[in-house]
Amino acid sequence: MPNDLKLSRRNLLVRGGAAGAAVLLGGCDQLSQSRSVRNVLDSAEGLTQAAQRLLLSRRALAREYPESALSAHFRANGSITVNDPTYQAQVETGFADWRLKIDGLVARPTELSLAELRRLPARTQITRHDCVEGWSAIGKWTGARLGPLLQSVGLKPEARYLVFHCADTLEGDLYYESIDLIDAFHEQTILAYDMNDKPLPVPHGAPLRLRVERQLGYKMAKYVMRMEAVASLAAMRGGRGGFWEDRGYAWYAGI
Amino acid sequence: MPKMSESSIATPANSGTSVIYRHTLVVRITHWVNVLCLFVLLLSGLQIFNAHTTLYLGSKMDPQRAVLSMRAVRQDDGSYAGLTTVGNTTFDTTGVLGLSRGPRGQLEARGFPDWITLPSYRDLATGRRWHFFFAWAFVLNGMAYLAYALLSGHVRRDLAPTGNDLRHIGRSVWEHIRLRFPKGEEARRYNVLQKLAYLAVIFGLLPLVILTGLTMSPALDAAFPVLLDIFGGRQSARTIHFLCATGIVLFVFVHVFMVLVSGVWNNLRSMITGRYAIAAEDHHAQ
Repeated sequence: MPNDLKLSRRNLLVRGGAAGAAVLLGGCDQLSQSRSVRNVLDSAEGLTQAAQRLLLSRRALAREYPESALSAHFRANGSITVNDPTYQAQVETGFADWRLKIDGLVARPTELSLAELRRLPARTQITRHDCVEGWSAIGKWTGARLGPLLQSVGLKPEARYLVFHCADTLEGDLYYESIDLIDAFHEQTILAYDMNDKPLPVPHGAPLRLRVERQLGYKMAKYVMRMEAVASLAAMRGGRGGFWEDRGYAWYAGI
Repeated sequence: MPKMSESSIATPANSGTSVIYRHTLVVRITHWVNVLCLFVLLLSGLQIFNAHTTLYLGSKMDPQRAVLSMRAVRQDDGSYAGLTTVGNTTFDTTGVLGLSRGPRGQLEARGFPDWITLPSYRDLATGRRWHFFFAWAFVLNGMAYLAYALLSGHVRRDLAPTGNDLRHIGRSVWEHIRLRFPKGEEARRYNVLQKLAYLAVIFGLLPLVILTGLTMSPALDAAFPVLLDIFGGRQSARTIHFLCATGIVLFVFVHVFMVLVSGVWNNLRSMITGRYAIAAEDHHAQ
Protein backbone atom coordinates (compact mmCIF):
# COMPACT_ATOMS: atom_id res chain seq x y z
CA MET A 1 0.00 0.00 0.00
CA PRO A 2 1.32 3.44 -0.87
CA ASN A 3 0.78 4.75 2.63
CA ASP A 4 3.09 2.13 4.04
CA LEU A 5 5.78 3.15 1.61
CA LYS A 6 5.60 6.67 2.93
CA LEU A 7 6.62 5.42 6.35
CA SER A 8 9.93 7.21 6.26
CA ARG A 9 12.77 6.57 8.60
CA ARG A 10 11.92 9.70 10.54
CA ASN A 11 8.33 8.56 10.78
CA LEU A 12 9.46 5.22 12.09
CA LEU A 13 11.64 6.87 14.65
CA VAL A 14 8.85 9.14 15.83
CA ARG A 15 6.37 6.26 16.00
CA GLY A 16 8.90 4.05 17.68
CA GLY A 17 9.64 6.78 20.20
CA ALA A 18 5.96 7.32 20.93
CA ALA A 19 5.36 3.60 21.30
CA GLY A 20 8.40 3.33 23.55
CA ALA A 21 7.16 6.18 25.71
CA ALA A 22 3.71 4.58 25.93
CA VAL A 23 5.20 1.27 27.02
CA LEU A 24 7.42 3.06 29.52
CA LEU A 25 4.56 5.06 31.00
CA GLY A 26 2.24 2.06 30.98
CA GLY A 27 4.96 0.25 32.88
CA CYS A 28 5.25 3.14 35.33
CA ASP A 29 1.48 2.99 35.93
CA GLN A 30 1.71 -0.73 36.56
CA LEU A 31 4.59 -0.16 38.93
CA SER A 32 2.57 2.56 40.68
CA GLN A 33 -0.15 0.02 41.40
CA SER A 34 2.09 -2.84 42.47
CA ARG A 35 1.90 -3.45 46.21
CA SER A 36 5.58 -4.29 46.58
CA VAL A 37 6.67 -1.17 44.67
CA ARG A 38 4.36 0.95 46.80
CA ASN A 39 5.90 -0.59 49.91
CA VAL A 40 9.40 0.25 48.69
CA LEU A 41 8.37 3.83 47.84
CA ASP A 42 6.68 4.05 51.26
CA SER A 43 9.99 3.39 52.99
CA ALA A 44 10.98 6.96 52.15
CA GLU A 45 8.15 8.23 54.35
CA GLY A 46 9.75 6.75 57.46
CA LEU A 47 13.11 8.18 56.41
CA THR A 48 11.60 11.63 55.86
CA GLN A 49 9.84 11.58 59.23
CA ALA A 50 12.97 10.42 61.06
CA ALA A 51 15.17 12.99 59.32
CA GLN A 52 12.76 15.86 59.86
CA ARG A 53 12.19 14.96 63.51
CA LEU A 54 15.97 14.86 63.93
CA LEU A 55 16.47 18.28 62.34
CA LEU A 56 13.39 19.86 63.84
CA SER A 57 13.66 20.57 67.54
CA ARG A 58 10.45 19.76 69.36
CA ARG A 59 9.95 23.40 70.10
CA ALA A 60 10.89 25.02 66.80
CA LEU A 61 8.03 27.27 65.76
CA ALA A 62 6.52 27.65 62.34
CA ARG A 63 7.04 31.16 61.04
CA GLU A 64 4.47 33.71 62.18
CA TYR A 65 3.56 36.56 59.83
CA PRO A 66 2.41 40.16 60.34
CA GLU A 67 -1.26 41.13 59.84
CA SER A 68 -0.29 42.73 56.53
CA ALA A 69 0.55 39.29 55.15
CA LEU A 70 -2.96 37.85 55.66
CA SER A 71 -4.50 36.31 52.55
CA ALA A 72 -7.27 38.47 51.10
CA HIS A 73 -9.05 35.25 50.20
CA PHE A 74 -8.30 32.07 52.15
CA ARG A 75 -9.34 29.08 50.07
CA ALA A 76 -11.54 26.56 51.84
CA ASN A 77 -10.64 23.07 50.64
CA GLY A 78 -12.08 19.60 51.14
CA SER A 79 -15.43 19.75 52.90
CA ILE A 80 -16.88 23.22 53.03
CA THR A 81 -19.93 22.35 55.09
CA VAL A 82 -21.59 19.43 56.86
CA ASN A 83 -24.74 18.03 55.28
CA ASP A 84 -26.35 16.95 58.49
CA PRO A 85 -29.53 18.46 60.06
CA THR A 86 -28.05 18.37 63.57
CA TYR A 87 -25.00 20.31 62.43
CA GLN A 88 -27.10 22.79 60.46
CA ALA A 89 -29.27 23.36 63.56
CA GLN A 90 -26.10 24.00 65.59
CA VAL A 91 -24.96 26.57 63.04
CA GLU A 92 -28.30 28.37 63.56
CA THR A 93 -27.79 28.58 67.34
CA GLY A 94 -24.11 29.52 67.15
CA PHE A 95 -23.14 26.06 68.41
CA ALA A 96 -24.74 26.78 71.82
CA ASP A 97 -25.53 23.08 72.36
CA TRP A 98 -22.37 21.77 70.73
CA ARG A 99 -19.84 19.92 72.91
CA LEU A 100 -16.33 18.71 72.17
CA LYS A 101 -16.04 15.19 73.52
CA ILE A 102 -12.63 14.17 74.87
CA ASP A 103 -12.23 10.47 75.64
CA GLY A 104 -10.15 7.38 75.03
CA LEU A 105 -6.96 6.93 77.04
CA VAL A 106 -7.52 9.93 79.33
CA ALA A 107 -7.91 9.96 83.10
CA ARG A 108 -10.90 12.32 83.05
CA PRO A 109 -13.12 12.04 79.96
CA THR A 110 -14.65 15.45 79.39
CA GLU A 111 -17.18 17.36 77.35
CA LEU A 112 -16.48 21.02 76.68
CA SER A 113 -18.76 23.72 75.32
CA LEU A 114 -17.43 26.41 73.01
CA ALA A 115 -17.65 28.90 75.91
CA GLU A 116 -15.59 26.58 78.09
CA LEU A 117 -13.00 26.12 75.33
CA ARG A 118 -12.74 29.88 75.02
CA ARG A 119 -11.80 30.14 78.70
CA LEU A 120 -8.84 27.72 78.36
CA PRO A 121 -5.25 28.90 77.89
CA ALA A 122 -5.28 30.29 74.36
CA ARG A 123 -2.88 31.29 71.62
CA THR A 124 -3.24 33.55 68.59
CA GLN A 125 -0.95 33.06 65.61
CA ILE A 126 -0.71 34.26 62.02
CA THR A 127 0.64 31.34 60.07
CA ARG A 128 0.94 29.96 56.58
CA HIS A 129 -1.35 27.10 55.65
CA ASP A 130 0.35 24.82 53.12
CA CYS A 131 -1.93 22.60 51.10
CA VAL A 132 -0.65 19.27 49.78
CA GLU A 133 -1.78 20.52 46.37
CA GLY A 134 0.96 23.15 46.46
CA TRP A 135 -0.79 26.42 47.33
CA SER A 136 -0.42 28.42 50.55
CA ALA A 137 -2.64 30.91 52.36
CA ILE A 138 -1.98 33.01 55.44
CA GLY A 139 -4.56 33.24 58.21
CA LYS A 140 -4.89 34.35 61.81
CA TRP A 141 -5.95 31.64 64.21
CA THR A 142 -7.01 31.80 67.86
CA GLY A 143 -7.68 28.68 69.84
CA ALA A 144 -7.18 26.61 72.96
CA ARG A 145 -3.66 25.26 73.27
CA LEU A 146 -3.81 21.52 73.06
CA GLY A 147 -0.92 20.85 75.48
CA PRO A 148 -2.48 22.41 78.61
CA LEU A 149 -5.85 20.89 77.73
CA LEU A 150 -4.29 17.42 77.54
CA GLN A 151 -2.60 17.99 80.88
CA SER A 152 -5.91 18.92 82.46
CA VAL A 153 -7.71 15.81 81.22
CA GLY A 154 -4.69 13.62 82.06
CA LEU A 155 -3.31 11.41 79.30
CA LYS A 156 -2.84 7.80 80.35
CA PRO A 157 0.76 6.54 79.99
CA GLU A 158 -0.10 4.23 77.09
CA ALA A 159 -1.59 7.07 75.00
CA ARG A 160 0.53 7.72 71.88
CA TYR A 161 -1.78 9.48 69.42
CA LEU A 162 -4.71 11.85 69.41
CA VAL A 163 -7.45 11.10 66.93
CA PHE A 164 -9.77 13.86 65.76
CA HIS A 165 -13.22 12.68 64.74
CA CYS A 166 -15.00 15.14 62.48
CA ALA A 167 -18.58 15.82 61.43
CA ASP A 168 -17.88 16.21 57.71
CA THR A 169 -18.18 13.50 55.12
CA LEU A 170 -16.02 13.12 52.00
CA GLU A 171 -16.54 10.33 49.48
CA GLY A 172 -19.09 8.83 51.87
CA ASP A 173 -16.69 8.57 54.81
CA LEU A 174 -16.45 10.68 57.94
CA TYR A 175 -13.25 12.72 58.02
CA TYR A 176 -10.73 11.95 60.72
CA GLU A 177 -7.09 12.73 61.42
CA SER A 178 -4.43 11.93 63.99
CA ILE A 179 -1.25 13.43 65.38
CA ASP A 180 1.36 12.13 67.80
CA LEU A 181 2.26 13.61 71.16
CA ILE A 182 5.22 15.60 69.83
CA ASP A 183 2.88 17.69 67.73
CA ALA A 184 0.07 17.57 70.32
CA PHE A 185 2.24 19.32 72.91
CA HIS A 186 3.82 21.77 70.46
CA GLU A 187 3.25 25.38 71.42
CA GLN A 188 1.47 26.29 68.17
CA THR A 189 -0.86 23.30 68.17
CA ILE A 190 -4.29 24.70 68.96
CA LEU A 191 -7.96 23.88 68.65
CA ALA A 192 -8.92 27.00 66.74
CA TYR A 193 -12.35 28.60 67.27
CA ASP A 194 -11.51 31.99 65.70
CA MET A 195 -10.16 32.81 62.27
CA ASN A 196 -9.08 36.35 61.40
CA ASP A 197 -10.62 37.62 64.68
CA LYS A 198 -14.07 36.19 63.92
CA PRO A 199 -15.70 32.91 64.92
CA LEU A 200 -14.47 30.16 62.61
CA PRO A 201 -16.61 30.26 59.44
CA VAL A 202 -18.43 27.10 58.33
CA PRO A 203 -16.24 26.54 55.20
CA HIS A 204 -13.17 26.53 57.46
CA GLY A 205 -14.54 23.99 59.93
CA ALA A 206 -16.86 25.71 62.44
CA PRO A 207 -16.97 25.49 65.32
CA LEU A 208 -13.51 23.99 65.86
CA ARG A 209 -10.53 22.97 63.74
CA LEU A 210 -7.09 21.68 64.56
CA ARG A 211 -3.99 23.71 63.70
CA VAL A 212 -0.72 21.72 63.42
CA GLU A 213 1.46 24.38 61.91
CA ARG A 214 4.47 22.28 60.97
CA GLN A 215 2.50 19.93 58.75
CA LEU A 216 0.33 20.16 55.64
CA GLY A 217 -3.28 21.28 55.57
CA TYR A 218 -4.91 17.87 55.44
CA LYS A 219 -3.69 17.18 59.00
CA MET A 220 -5.67 20.17 60.29
CA ALA A 221 -9.04 18.51 60.71
CA LYS A 222 -12.12 20.73 60.46
CA TYR A 223 -15.53 20.27 62.16
CA VAL A 224 -13.86 18.50 65.10
CA MET A 225 -16.48 16.79 67.29
CA ARG A 226 -14.47 14.37 69.35
CA MET A 227 -10.86 13.95 70.40
CA GLU A 228 -9.78 10.45 71.35
CA ALA A 229 -6.45 9.43 72.88
CA VAL A 230 -5.28 6.04 71.58
CA ALA A 231 -2.25 3.75 71.85
CA SER A 232 -2.24 2.73 68.19
CA LEU A 233 -3.85 3.76 64.93
CA ALA A 234 -3.75 0.31 63.36
CA ALA A 235 -7.23 -0.86 64.39
CA MET A 236 -9.00 2.36 63.45
CA ARG A 237 -10.81 2.73 60.11
CA GLY A 238 -8.32 2.14 57.26
CA GLY A 239 -5.51 1.74 59.78
CA ARG A 240 -3.32 4.55 58.46
CA GLY A 241 -4.47 7.26 60.84
CA GLY A 242 -6.53 9.59 58.69
CA PHE A 243 -9.01 10.05 55.88
CA TRP A 244 -6.38 10.99 53.28
CA GLU A 245 -3.83 8.59 54.76
CA ASP A 246 -6.28 5.74 54.11
CA ARG A 247 -6.28 6.96 50.49
CA GLY A 248 -2.51 6.78 50.08
CA TYR A 249 -1.21 10.06 51.53
CA ALA A 250 1.55 10.04 54.12
CA TRP A 251 0.60 10.10 57.80
CA TYR A 252 3.57 12.34 58.53
CA ALA A 253 2.89 15.44 56.48
CA GLY A 254 5.89 17.62 57.31
CA ILE A 255 6.83 17.61 53.62
CA MET B 1 41.22 -1.15 45.05
CA PRO B 2 43.49 -0.21 42.20
CA LYS B 3 43.87 3.48 41.79
CA MET B 4 43.07 4.35 38.25
CA SER B 5 43.74 7.67 36.68
CA GLU B 6 42.69 9.02 33.36
CA SER B 7 45.72 8.01 31.42
CA SER B 8 46.95 4.98 33.36
CA ILE B 9 45.70 2.43 30.87
CA ALA B 10 46.04 4.51 27.77
CA THR B 11 46.83 1.99 25.10
CA PRO B 12 47.41 2.48 21.45
CA ALA B 13 44.72 0.63 19.54
CA ASN B 14 44.51 0.68 15.77
CA SER B 15 46.46 3.25 13.85
CA GLY B 16 45.90 6.80 15.00
CA THR B 17 43.47 5.90 17.77
CA SER B 18 44.21 5.39 21.42
CA VAL B 19 41.85 4.26 24.15
CA ILE B 20 41.91 5.98 27.49
CA TYR B 21 40.14 5.26 30.75
CA ARG B 22 37.92 8.30 30.99
CA HIS B 23 35.23 7.80 33.65
CA THR B 24 35.88 6.08 36.95
CA LEU B 25 33.47 3.51 38.33
CA VAL B 26 32.02 5.94 40.90
CA VAL B 27 31.36 8.54 38.22
CA ARG B 28 29.71 5.98 35.93
CA ILE B 29 27.47 4.51 38.62
CA THR B 30 26.41 7.85 40.08
CA HIS B 31 25.79 9.18 36.55
CA TRP B 32 23.28 6.44 35.68
CA VAL B 33 21.62 6.48 39.11
CA ASN B 34 21.22 10.20 38.56
CA VAL B 35 19.63 9.62 35.15
CA LEU B 36 17.03 7.33 36.71
CA CYS B 37 16.38 9.70 39.64
CA LEU B 38 15.98 12.80 37.48
CA PHE B 39 13.67 10.93 35.11
CA VAL B 40 11.34 9.84 37.91
CA LEU B 41 11.61 13.17 39.72
CA LEU B 42 10.64 15.10 36.59
CA LEU B 43 7.60 12.97 35.75
CA SER B 44 6.34 12.70 39.33
CA GLY B 45 7.08 16.41 39.81
CA LEU B 46 4.78 17.25 36.91
CA GLN B 47 2.09 15.08 38.54
CA ILE B 48 2.51 17.15 41.72
CA PHE B 49 2.47 20.40 39.75
CA ASN B 50 -0.82 19.33 38.17
CA ALA B 51 -2.51 19.44 41.60
CA HIS B 52 -2.22 23.24 41.45
CA THR B 53 -1.31 24.57 38.03
CA THR B 54 -0.32 28.11 38.98
CA LEU B 55 3.05 29.39 40.18
CA TYR B 56 3.40 32.53 42.30
CA LEU B 57 5.99 34.80 43.83
CA GLY B 58 5.99 35.39 47.58
CA SER B 59 4.67 33.36 50.50
CA LYS B 60 1.10 32.67 49.50
CA MET B 61 -1.32 32.00 46.65
CA ASP B 62 -1.85 35.57 45.45
CA PRO B 63 -3.41 35.85 41.97
CA GLN B 64 -1.79 39.29 41.64
CA ARG B 65 1.62 37.65 41.87
CA ALA B 66 1.05 34.67 39.60
CA VAL B 67 3.88 34.16 37.12
CA LEU B 68 2.71 31.04 35.31
CA SER B 69 -0.70 29.46 35.05
CA MET B 70 -2.31 26.66 33.05
CA ARG B 71 -6.05 26.20 32.84
CA ALA B 72 -8.94 24.97 30.71
CA VAL B 73 -11.58 27.55 29.72
CA ARG B 74 -14.91 27.24 28.00
CA GLN B 75 -15.03 29.29 24.83
CA ASP B 76 -17.99 31.15 23.33
CA ASP B 77 -18.80 28.30 20.95
CA GLY B 78 -19.03 25.86 23.86
CA SER B 79 -15.77 24.07 23.17
CA TYR B 80 -12.87 24.08 25.61
CA ALA B 81 -9.37 25.43 25.20
CA GLY B 82 -6.19 24.95 27.17
CA LEU B 83 -4.54 28.26 28.04
CA THR B 84 -1.11 28.91 29.48
CA THR B 85 -0.23 32.32 30.86
CA VAL B 86 3.40 33.28 31.37
CA GLY B 87 3.73 36.70 32.96
CA ASN B 88 1.17 38.80 31.11
CA THR B 89 1.10 36.77 27.93
CA THR B 90 -1.45 34.02 27.30
CA PHE B 91 -0.87 31.21 24.83
CA ASP B 92 -3.34 28.72 23.42
CA THR B 93 -1.83 25.38 24.40
CA THR B 94 -4.86 23.19 23.76
CA GLY B 95 -3.91 19.55 23.52
CA VAL B 96 -0.72 19.88 25.54
CA LEU B 97 -0.96 22.27 28.51
CA GLY B 98 -4.16 23.08 30.39
CA LEU B 99 -6.31 20.74 28.32
CA SER B 100 -5.26 17.44 26.79
CA ARG B 101 -6.61 14.04 25.79
CA GLY B 102 -6.51 11.16 28.24
CA PRO B 103 -5.92 7.50 27.44
CA ARG B 104 -9.44 6.96 26.03
CA GLY B 105 -9.29 10.12 23.94
CA GLN B 106 -11.42 12.16 26.33
CA LEU B 107 -10.46 15.79 26.93
CA GLU B 108 -9.19 16.48 30.45
CA ALA B 109 -8.46 19.73 32.23
CA ARG B 110 -4.94 19.15 33.50
CA GLY B 111 -1.66 21.08 33.53
CA PHE B 112 0.75 18.67 31.87
CA PRO B 113 -0.61 15.87 29.66
CA ASP B 114 -0.81 12.26 30.82
CA TRP B 115 2.09 11.05 28.70
CA ILE B 116 4.58 13.03 30.78
CA THR B 117 3.30 12.54 34.34
CA LEU B 118 3.87 9.69 36.79
CA PRO B 119 1.42 8.07 37.24
CA SER B 120 -0.20 9.03 33.94
CA TYR B 121 -3.64 9.38 35.58
CA ARG B 122 -4.24 12.01 38.21
CA ASP B 123 -2.97 10.67 41.55
CA LEU B 124 -1.17 13.21 43.71
CA ALA B 125 -0.58 10.77 46.59
CA THR B 126 1.28 8.30 44.37
CA GLY B 127 3.14 11.09 42.59
CA ARG B 128 4.40 12.27 45.96
CA ARG B 129 5.51 8.75 46.93
CA TRP B 130 7.59 8.45 43.75
CA HIS B 131 8.94 11.97 44.13
CA PHE B 132 10.09 11.70 47.72
CA PHE B 133 11.58 8.22 47.37
CA PHE B 134 13.62 9.29 44.38
CA ALA B 135 14.44 12.62 45.99
CA TRP B 136 16.17 10.66 48.76
CA ALA B 137 17.95 8.50 46.19
CA PHE B 138 18.96 11.60 44.25
CA VAL B 139 20.35 13.37 47.34
CA LEU B 140 22.22 10.32 48.66
CA ASN B 141 23.63 9.60 45.19
CA GLY B 142 24.63 13.24 44.81
CA MET B 143 26.34 13.25 48.19
CA ALA B 144 28.28 10.09 47.30
CA TYR B 145 29.34 11.69 44.02
CA LEU B 146 30.34 14.97 45.67
CA ALA B 147 32.35 13.25 48.40
CA TYR B 148 34.17 11.24 45.76
CA ALA B 149 34.60 14.16 43.37
CA LEU B 150 36.06 16.44 46.03
CA LEU B 151 38.25 13.88 47.80
CA SER B 152 39.61 12.13 44.71
CA GLY B 153 40.52 15.38 42.99
CA HIS B 154 37.98 14.79 40.20
CA VAL B 155 36.66 18.33 40.60
CA ARG B 156 40.09 19.92 40.69
CA ARG B 157 41.65 17.73 38.01
CA ASP B 158 38.80 17.22 35.53
CA LEU B 159 36.17 19.90 36.12
CA ALA B 160 37.90 23.10 37.25
CA PRO B 161 38.79 25.17 34.18
CA THR B 162 42.44 26.14 33.92
CA GLY B 163 43.62 29.64 33.13
CA ASN B 164 44.50 28.38 29.66
CA ASP B 165 40.95 27.02 29.26
CA LEU B 166 39.41 30.35 30.15
CA ARG B 167 41.70 32.29 27.85
CA HIS B 168 40.58 30.14 24.93
CA ILE B 169 36.90 30.11 25.70
CA GLY B 170 36.14 31.97 22.49
CA ARG B 171 37.78 29.24 20.44
CA SER B 172 35.77 26.60 22.28
CA VAL B 173 32.53 28.46 21.55
CA TRP B 174 33.49 28.59 17.86
CA GLU B 175 34.27 24.87 17.85
CA HIS B 176 30.89 24.13 19.38
CA ILE B 177 29.08 26.25 16.82
CA ARG B 178 30.73 24.27 14.05
CA LEU B 179 30.26 21.02 16.01
CA ARG B 180 33.97 20.31 15.66
CA PHE B 181 35.52 18.74 18.71
CA PRO B 182 39.10 18.47 19.93
CA LYS B 183 41.19 15.52 18.86
CA GLY B 184 44.36 14.02 20.18
CA GLU B 185 45.87 15.30 23.42
CA GLU B 186 43.09 17.86 23.97
CA ALA B 187 40.35 15.24 23.72
CA ARG B 188 41.64 13.64 26.91
CA ARG B 189 40.08 16.43 28.91
CA TYR B 190 36.71 18.07 29.03
CA ASN B 191 36.63 21.27 26.99
CA VAL B 192 36.05 24.54 28.81
CA LEU B 193 32.36 24.90 27.95
CA GLN B 194 31.79 21.35 29.09
CA LYS B 195 33.58 22.06 32.37
CA LEU B 196 31.60 25.24 33.00
CA ALA B 197 28.29 23.53 32.15
CA TYR B 198 28.98 20.59 34.47
CA LEU B 199 30.12 22.88 37.28
CA ALA B 200 27.02 25.06 36.90
CA VAL B 201 24.77 22.01 37.11
CA ILE B 202 26.63 20.20 39.89
CA PHE B 203 27.20 23.21 42.13
CA GLY B 204 24.36 25.48 41.00
CA LEU B 205 21.25 23.95 39.54
CA LEU B 206 21.15 20.66 41.48
CA PRO B 207 21.75 22.15 44.96
CA LEU B 208 19.20 24.84 44.14
CA VAL B 209 16.54 22.36 43.10
CA ILE B 210 17.09 20.44 46.36
CA LEU B 211 16.99 23.54 48.57
CA THR B 212 13.88 24.97 46.94
CA GLY B 213 12.25 21.55 47.24
CA LEU B 214 13.04 21.48 50.95
CA THR B 215 11.66 25.01 51.35
CA MET B 216 8.24 23.70 50.37
CA SER B 217 8.27 21.50 53.49
CA PRO B 218 6.46 23.22 56.40
CA ALA B 219 8.53 21.23 58.91
CA LEU B 220 11.87 22.26 57.41
CA ASP B 221 10.66 25.86 57.24
CA ALA B 222 10.15 25.68 61.00
CA ALA B 223 13.60 24.13 61.47
CA PHE B 224 15.37 26.53 59.07
CA PRO B 225 13.25 29.68 58.60
CA VAL B 226 16.17 31.23 56.74
CA LEU B 227 15.17 29.11 53.74
CA LEU B 228 12.06 31.27 53.39
CA ASP B 229 14.16 34.43 53.43
CA ILE B 230 16.67 33.12 50.91
CA PHE B 231 14.04 32.21 48.33
CA GLY B 232 11.45 34.88 49.08
CA GLY B 233 8.71 32.67 50.48
CA ARG B 234 7.28 29.19 49.95
CA GLN B 235 5.49 30.01 46.71
CA SER B 236 8.61 31.65 45.28
CA ALA B 237 10.52 28.51 46.24
CA ARG B 238 7.94 26.43 44.34
CA THR B 239 8.41 28.67 41.30
CA ILE B 240 12.21 28.46 41.48
CA HIS B 241 11.96 24.67 41.92
CA PHE B 242 9.97 24.53 38.68
CA LEU B 243 12.49 26.80 36.90
CA CYS B 244 15.36 24.62 38.10
CA ALA B 245 13.59 21.54 36.74
CA THR B 246 13.19 23.37 33.44
CA GLY B 247 16.88 24.24 33.51
CA ILE B 248 17.81 20.61 34.15
CA VAL B 249 15.65 19.50 31.22
CA LEU B 250 17.36 22.05 28.96
CA PHE B 251 20.76 20.89 30.16
CA VAL B 252 19.82 17.27 29.44
CA PHE B 253 18.67 18.18 25.93
CA VAL B 254 21.96 19.95 25.17
CA HIS B 255 23.96 17.21 26.90
CA VAL B 256 22.28 14.42 24.92
CA PHE B 257 22.63 16.42 21.72
CA MET B 258 26.37 16.85 22.33
CA VAL B 259 26.67 13.14 23.11
CA LEU B 260 24.97 12.35 19.80
CA VAL B 261 27.06 14.68 17.64
CA SER B 262 30.46 14.02 19.21
CA GLY B 263 30.53 10.25 18.74
CA VAL B 264 27.54 8.59 20.35
CA TRP B 265 28.91 5.02 20.74
CA ASN B 266 32.26 6.20 21.99
CA ASN B 267 30.58 8.50 24.51
CA LEU B 268 28.12 5.86 25.65
CA ARG B 269 30.84 3.25 26.00
CA SER B 270 32.95 5.61 28.07
CA MET B 271 30.06 6.10 30.51
CA ILE B 272 29.47 2.32 30.71
CA THR B 273 32.91 0.73 30.64
CA GLY B 274 34.97 3.84 31.20
CA ARG B 275 36.92 3.40 27.96
CA TYR B 276 37.04 6.25 25.47
CA ALA B 277 38.72 6.23 22.09
CA ILE B 278 40.69 9.26 21.00
CA ALA B 279 41.49 9.99 17.40
CA ALA B 280 44.94 11.26 16.58
CA GLU B 281 45.25 14.98 16.09
CA ASP B 282 45.78 14.90 12.37
CA HIS B 283 43.10 12.33 11.82
CA HIS B 284 39.61 13.66 11.26
CA ALA B 285 37.23 10.84 11.85
CA GLN B 286 33.59 11.01 10.78
